[in-house]
Amino acid sequence: MLNNLNRREFFVGTIAASLMLSRPAAALTEAGAKQLVDSVVSEVERVVTSGKSDSAVLRELEKLFVRYADVNIMAQYALGVDGRSASAAQKRAFSDAFTGYIARKYGKQFRDFIGGRVEVQSTRQIKAGYEVKTLAYLQGDGPFDVTFHVSDKSGRDKFFNIYIEGVNLLLTERTEIGAMLDKRGGDINAMIADLKSAG
Amino acid sequence: MPGFSQNKVLTLPSLALISALFLSACATTQDVATRTDGINDPYETQNRKVHAFNKGLDKNLIRPVAQGYGVVPVEIRNTVNNFSDNLSMPGVAVNSLLQGDLKGTGLATLRFVVNTTVGLGGLFDAASEFRIPDHETDFGETLAVWGVGEGAYIELPLFGPSTQRATAGLVVDFFTNPLTYSTIDGDDRIIPPTAAGVAALNDRERFGDSIDAVLYDSADSYAQSRQTYLQNRRFELGGNAGEGVDPYSADPYEDPYAQ
Repeated sequence: MLNNLNRREFFVGTIAASLMLSRPAAALTEAGAKQLVDSVVSEVERVVTSGKSDSAVLRELEKLFVRYADVNIMAQYALGVDGRSASAAQKRAFSDAFTGYIARKYGKQFRDFIGGRVEVQSTRQIKAGYEVKTLAYLQGDGPFDVTFHVSDKSGRDKFFNIYIEGVNLLLTERTEIGAMLDKRGGDINAMIADLKSAG
Repeated sequence: MPGFSQNKVLTLPSLALISALFLSACATTQDVATRTDGINDPYETQNRKVHAFNKGLDKNLIRPVAQGYGVVPVEIRNTVNNFSDNLSMPGVAVNSLLQGDLKGTGLATLRFVVNTTVGLGGLFDAASEFRIPDHETDFGETLAVWGVGEGAYIELPLFGPSTQRATAGLVVDFFTNPLTYSTIDGDDRIIPPTAAGVAALNDRERFGDSIDAVLYDSADSYAQSRQTYLQNRRFELGGNAGEGVDPYSADPYEDPYAQ
C-alpha cells in the first residue's frame, strides 16, 4: 500500500491519523455504535470481494478484527477463570494467539459472504454500551440474525461480542478454550501453542 | 398397512400425550440449572456415549451422503425442502393455536393452502412469492409457552441435541401432526418422514462448514454442540425460554475472568 502513496500524502495522512488518535474519545452514542457496525460490514465486504488470495484475505480480516474488535477483553473473557492465574506474559501471548485463531476460524468461510448484504435493524442500550441487531442475507440463504455488542470501555468504540442466531461468540470460545485447556491438563502455555495452529 | 384401525388412531396420540406429560413433569422437577453456565446436564455420561454414536453416524454415513446429495442441482434440492416444509405447516398451525397465536395459525394455514394448490402440492414456495410470512414452531415451544421448564439437556440418537421438553414435543408432534401419522393411510405414511430426512440431508450439506466446525474442529465437540444448541434454541423460543443464563447478560467488562 505504502508505495502507492507519495511522500506528501503519506505525511498528511500521518498527521491526520495522529490527530485522530490524540483527540479525546467522545462517548459512544447509538449512532456511533450503528456507524461502527456499518463500517465493519463494508470493510469486510471490501476485503472478501477483493479477489486476493485466501491467505491475503485472511490477513486482511485479522487486521480488521484488531481494528474494530476489543480483542483484549474478548481474549480475557474466553480464557475465563483460568486467566486469573495466568502471568502478564501468558495473557499477552494468549491474546495474540487468540486474535489469529479467531480470524482463521471465522474468516475461512469468507466466500459465503460474497454477494450477501447486512441490514441494520435496530439498536438499543445495554450495560456496556449498545446492541446493534442486523439481518444478514447471504447468497441464497438467510436472513440470519446477527447481533453486535459495541462498547467504548476500551477507550475506543469497538465491538466485543457477536451473536449469530442467538449463538454467542464469547461463550462459544470460552467453551472451546476451556476444552483445549482441559485436554492439556490446564497447562496454559501448551494450550497457547495449540491455539496457534487451531481455527 | 391400509385400514389402520380407528381405535389405534385415537389411542396413539393420547399415549404420546401421557408420556409427554410424564416427561415434562420430570422436566419441571429437574429444572434447576446445575451449573453456573446455565447448562443442566445431569445425564452427561450417557449423553456423551450417544454423542460418540451420532458423530460416528455423521462421519461414516450422513456427511458423505449429504455431500453426494449436494451434487443434485440446488433447484431440485430446494423443491424437496419446500415439499417437506409444506407438510409441516398443519402442525405449525395447530401449535400456533395451542400457543394462543391466532395470527400464526392463520398464516400457517394460508401458506399450506396456497402452496398445496398454487405451489403444486408444496413443491414450490408460492406463498413466499405472495409474501406470506413463514414461521416455524413445534410442541416443544408450545410446552415452553405453557410454562413447562426446559428440563435436562439430552442428546438423542440420530436427532442430536435436545432437552427433555423438546424431546416431549418431538414425540407429541410425531403423533399429532395432522399430516404425519393418523391421517395418512398405507404406504404413503412414509412420505413425510422421508421428505423430512432428505430435507435434513440438504441442511447438513448447506450448513456443512458450520456443522463440521462444531463436530470435527472443536476441542470438545460434545460441549460445543450442547452450547450451540442450547443458545440457539433459547434464542428461537425468545422470551418464552425463561431460564438459563440471559445470553445478553454477558458483559466481559464487569469481570472478564468471572465464571
